[in-house]
Amino acid sequence: MQQIHLGAIDYALLIVYFAFVLGIGWVLRRYVRSSEDFFLSGRSIPAWIAGLAFISANLGAQEVIGMAASGAKYGMMTSHFYWVGAIPAMVFVGIFMMPFYYGSRARSVPEYLKLRFDEKTRGFNAMTFAVMTVFSSGISMYALAKLLELVLGWSFHTSVVLSAVIVLAYIFLGGLTSAIYNEVLQFFLIVLGFLPLVLLGLKDVGGWAGLTTKLETVATNAGYSAGAWSDSWRHMDAASANPMGVEWFGMAMGLGFVLSFGYWCTDFLVVQRAMAANSMTAARRTPLIAAFPKMLFPALVILPGMIAIALHETGGGLLPIGSDGTPNYNLAVPVMLAHYLPSGLLGLGLTALMASFMSGMAGNVTAFNTVWTYDIYQSYIRPGQPDGHYLRMGHAATVFGILLSVAAAYATTKFNNIMDMLQLVFAFVNAPLFATFLLGMFWRRATGHGAFFGLVIGTAAAALHHGLVLPHGAVAGLKGGFLGAALHTYPSEMAQNFWTAIYAWTACFVATIVISLLTGRNKSDDDLKGLVYALTPRLTDHELRWYARPATLGVVVLGLTLVLNILFW
Amino acid sequence: MKLDLRMPIGLMFAIFGAMLTVYGLVSGDAIYERSLGINVNLWWGLVLLAFALVMLGFAIRARGRRHGGRENASSSD
Repeated sequence: MQQIHLGAIDYALLIVYFAFVLGIGWVLRRYVRSSEDFFLSGRSIPAWIAGLAFISANLGAQEVIGMAASGAKYGMMTSHFYWVGAIPAMVFVGIFMMPFYYGSRARSVPEYLKLRFDEKTRGFNAMTFAVMTVFSSGISMYALAKLLELVLGWSFHTSVVLSAVIVLAYIFLGGLTSAIYNEVLQFFLIVLGFLPLVLLGLKDVGGWAGLTTKLETVATNAGYSAGAWSDSWRHMDAASANPMGVEWFGMAMGLGFVLSFGYWCTDFLVVQRAMAANSMTAARRTPLIAAFPKMLFPALVILPGMIAIALHETGGGLLPIGSDGTPNYNLAVPVMLAHYLPSGLLGLGLTALMASFMSGMAGNVTAFNTVWTYDIYQSYIRPGQPDGHYLRMGHAATVFGILLSVAAAYATTKFNNIMDMLQLVFAFVNAPLFATFLLGMFWRRATGHGAFFGLVIGTAAAALHHGLVLPHGAVAGLKGGFLGAALHTYPSEMAQNFWTAIYAWTACFVATIVISLLTGRNKSDDDLKGLVYALTPRLTDHELRWYARPATLGVVVLGLTLVLNILFW
Repeated sequence: MKLDLRMPIGLMFAIFGAMLTVYGLVSGDAIYERSLGINVNLWWGLVLLAFALVMLGFAIRARGRRHGGRENASSSD
């Protein structure tokens, strides 16, 4: 594609942004006195800040670029990632899970697993999580640097070093507080930086009505019925009727239940933000406050992709064509930025892209340094040291966590396959985790052995399923079928992933129950107080006004999401 | 709260808004061809300024209340 040339004003905007993120870290440095300050913000964050950081940490550059790419490739069905996937899971974590996470005073998700189950379950989760965060921040650093190289002609090394040094500086100075405060700043920047793009794009295509008409051409050109790109549910009765290649059951169970709940309820990257809240009520409200803006994000991140493909198909080749003859969907956002925004707003849009990358990376780094220091270093390497020792280790972990991410970014440039394989392995580990948490929180009889071997069996089931099936048109290898025979062919990779998750979750769920019943309980009812639903006193919220209660917020969020699903049915 | 976050957010967007507004006033029409002939820098600069004023307004009001509260009820802190 043609490279974008930035003016002085664009660079000036970028520099102002850098000055502010570093300034926030600098101002907050004097509040870091203990390890709890550094890793958990001293549990002092107000609900609205924790809530916005909760979604911002998840809104990395890969999310912004990837959701627009999916919007172009699959159309309105991409909204399922929000209105079926994220939102119900966020309501669930706020209302049902935060009381245990926050109430147990666990400092991390693995630590909760230790309190609820046993040491080996915590160790397994801590190790896989630590490796996963380093690689995912490395992979997203690689993706951003490649994109900036392609679009702006910036050198790969400059992008990697610049972004790594800035994120390192502000986390090193102010710990989690600095990461969270900057995530809120970045949240507003992402919204206000991308919004003009969406508004101009919509005006250009003639509003939603004009976009729908243009998308009909896209759908019929691809051989689907006219509404396939602009309806979210209407074409889901059969996998062959929609571009995603998924039928409603696989989508609702695989994405809506297993993958989304697995991510939002168990991933320490997001849960850490709620754990840093200043009270139990604030912690429970954190995901619910986050759900309101999250509900509207499809307009911000999916719509640009849909507009891009509409212009591409009806106005003649907006998106560059890849070597395999299909449009390069990942370039939807940068191409749209270049297409509509003049110097000035272009700088703001690119700053927003940088901000999304940094918020995602800071989320990974703060989650990594906490899990490393508390769940690995303090538990297995050097237990029983004074607090100052672990604070210093936290600083050190921030530095080497970022160095490892940089190394992972460079490794990706050399061995693309290794990264694909790692992502696959993590998907296997993550899919069954939600079954472990669900049983752990709602069934007191679940045992340590049950949880650990349930997880192992669930992971194995995911690998086995993936090894025996193939997506349509793929050859055996990383895409699946590596165990020889392909017993089943899915219409798309997406469908294959959803079903892998369903099998893994079910295997873990059943195995945990069976093994728990066969083994003796390792925790008494007394041990499990505050960790299991039936053994924890109910929170009544009588002191809160009815509209401020988490349950009310949850119902409102779900009601509005239902309305959105129906509006765009 | 350790730092009233609305202050830096308000300040940053005030600077962004001012930069874009001024740039919108001095830049020629030619660059707005791609943005459908609309001087988006000027308009969006004003939107950012309005957002910044709201943020700063809240932050300043909260600061005033904190200082005022301390004088009236010195034992509460």
